[in-house]
Amino acid sequence: MKSRYSIFSLARNALHYHRDWDQAWRSPEPKAQYDVVIVGAGGHGLATAYYLAKEHGITNVAVLEKGWLGGGNTGRNTTVVRSNYLWDESAHLYEHSLKLWEGLSQDLNFNLMFSQRGLLALAHNQHELRELSRRVNAIRLNGIDSELMTVEQVKAFCPILDCSPGKRHPILGASLQRRGGTARHDAVAWGFARAADARGIDIIQNCEVTGFRMASGRVEGVETSRGFIGAGKVGVVVAGHASVLAGMAGLRLPIESHPLQALVTEPVKPVLHTVVMSSAVHVYVSQSDKGELVMGAGIDGYNSYAQRGSEPVVENLLNALIELFPIFSRLKLMRQWGGIVDVCPDASPIIGKTPVAGLYFNCGWGTGGFKATPGSGWVFAHTIAQDRPHRLNEAFTLERFGHGYLVDEHGAAGVAH
Amino acid sequence: MLLIPCPYCGPREEVEFACGGEAHIARPANSDRLSDAQWSDYLFMRKNPKGVHYERWNHARGCRRWFNVARDTVTHRIYAVYKMGEAPPSVTP
Ligand SMILES: Cc1cc2nc3c(=O)[nH]c(=O)nc-3n(C[C@H](O)[C@H](O)[C@H](O)COP(=O)(O)OP(=O)(O)OC[C@H]3O[C@@H](n4cnc5c(N)ncnc54)[C@H](O)[C@@H]3O)c2cc1C
Ligand SMILES: [Zn+2]
Repeated sequence: MKSRYSIFSLARNALHYHRDWDQAWRSPEPKAQYDVVIVGAGGHGLATAYYLAKEHGITNVAVLEKGWLGGGNTGRNTTVVRSNYLWDESAHLYEHSLKLWEGLSQDLNFNLMFSQRGLLALAHNQHELRELSRRVNAIRLNGIDSELMTVEQVKAFCPILDCSPGKRHPILGASLQRRGGTARHDAVAWGFARAADARGIDIIQNCEVTGFRMASGRVEGVETSRGFIGAGKVGVVVAGHASVLAGMAGLRLPIESHPLQALVTEPVKPVLHTVVMSSAVHVYVSQSDKGELVMGAGIDGYNSYAQRGSEPVVENLLNALIELFPIFSRLKLMRQWGGIVDVCPDASPIIGKTPVAGLYFNCGWGTGGFKATPGSGWVFAHTIAQDRPHRLNEAFTLERFGHGYLVDEHGAAGVAH
Repeated sequence: MLLIPCPYCGPREEVEFACGGEAHIARPANSDRLSDAQWSDYLFMRKNPKGVHYERWNHARGCRRWFNVARDTVTHRIYAVYKMGEAPPSVTP
């Protein structure tokens, strides 16, 4: 049994110069057979394993990761969390996730630095303003907090935004979700890993899945760089590599992998207390607790698995940032990086069963899956344990591309976060 | 930044181009007799390979013509550029 993290354990360990902390998770050798194997130890895979144990009592589970846990998009994203989606299906899914976030640090006994600092989405023309008010109303009808702000209210809420009327892209108003915000991305992976491990789940890093073993339409296990591992059920949550894994099972997905870039500035004193995003000039930005401005924009326009992007995308992003915040124009950039995101035609995820019995896929989160980490793991665990989707994810099947009932969230998710 | 050799204008910077996604997806001739699964395969399903990708590009801020590119999605190396309607060349990475 792991000792709990608390102010007292912190003080106790300080007396020993922090040399005696328990390791946060084991690094076990893989067993020959598991009830469930999860492929991919990003936040979503680790959350799936955690909820399999917590909600469904399934603990004979391994999470296989080709690199190190949290080294994919989980450790590369700009950490925006919100639930203000337009369509009912998405609103319920993301709101379920946001509700889990609200108690997650306590549940996992790990400080996720979840900060509900609010999320401001700007409108720059009359059409956008009307569309934004439609969204605010739709979102409120689903019982989710959302409010419309005039430009005067925007100015009062975030004084460093350039709200002057003569600009090329004047700010006409905004929507605000006060319960939105940010969380510490690494801590999410570590917190779920530690809590899953505490419930007996094996997390196996440096273990790449290279194929599936299947017999009469049913999955029997996975071939890996560390040998065959048998499994009653296999859940695949590999973000940008979804098509590669689907190909190993002879399946095709409607997904294309693209780079998404992010960057941070040098740290400065607190200057931006909320998340600001603009779909029209195309940037979103927040300030980390370390003081760095964290920002991102849209995907690079071509398929890639290279975890890096092109410079013109960065230039556009910075132009947009300076349009909104002239005050940031002299900050230095410290780091820039890319992750590979799994872009789905309707900008909504695919979470469910596949034509292969016992094989489940969770992918297509694209540019916006961090906010969904707990909710995604929660519904995916249900789907795997019960062999059928939960009410919250039954609209997000792969079959929707056959019958045409897409959940088109481009306006909400395809552009900004 | 990619340097893309337009077959009509020669090598130009990526910012002059727009990527049109996977090439050689032909609209099925018998679309009235397709099943939902076949139709969805045509409309939505993509190869998305980790490796050589045959894709369409448009020289949007140049000659404005479409052409095909064989490009590696891991190294971003361009192996071949060929015109619309031509068969994809086989490339060995
Ligand atoms: C720059 C950037 C900014 C973003 N900003 C936001 C944001 O602000 N808000 C938001 O909500 N979302 C954001 N996202 C999206 C979000 O990061 C992802 O949707 C989310 O992290 C996906 O989680 P995951 O666990 O599925 O993926 P990952 O963390 O990528 O985990 C997948 C794991 O699978 C592993 N894997 C792959 N192939 C194999 C194999 N064959 N065998 C074993 N393991 C394998 C990978 O190594 C990886 O660790 C952003 C993404 C990027 C790149
Ligand atoms: Zn040209």
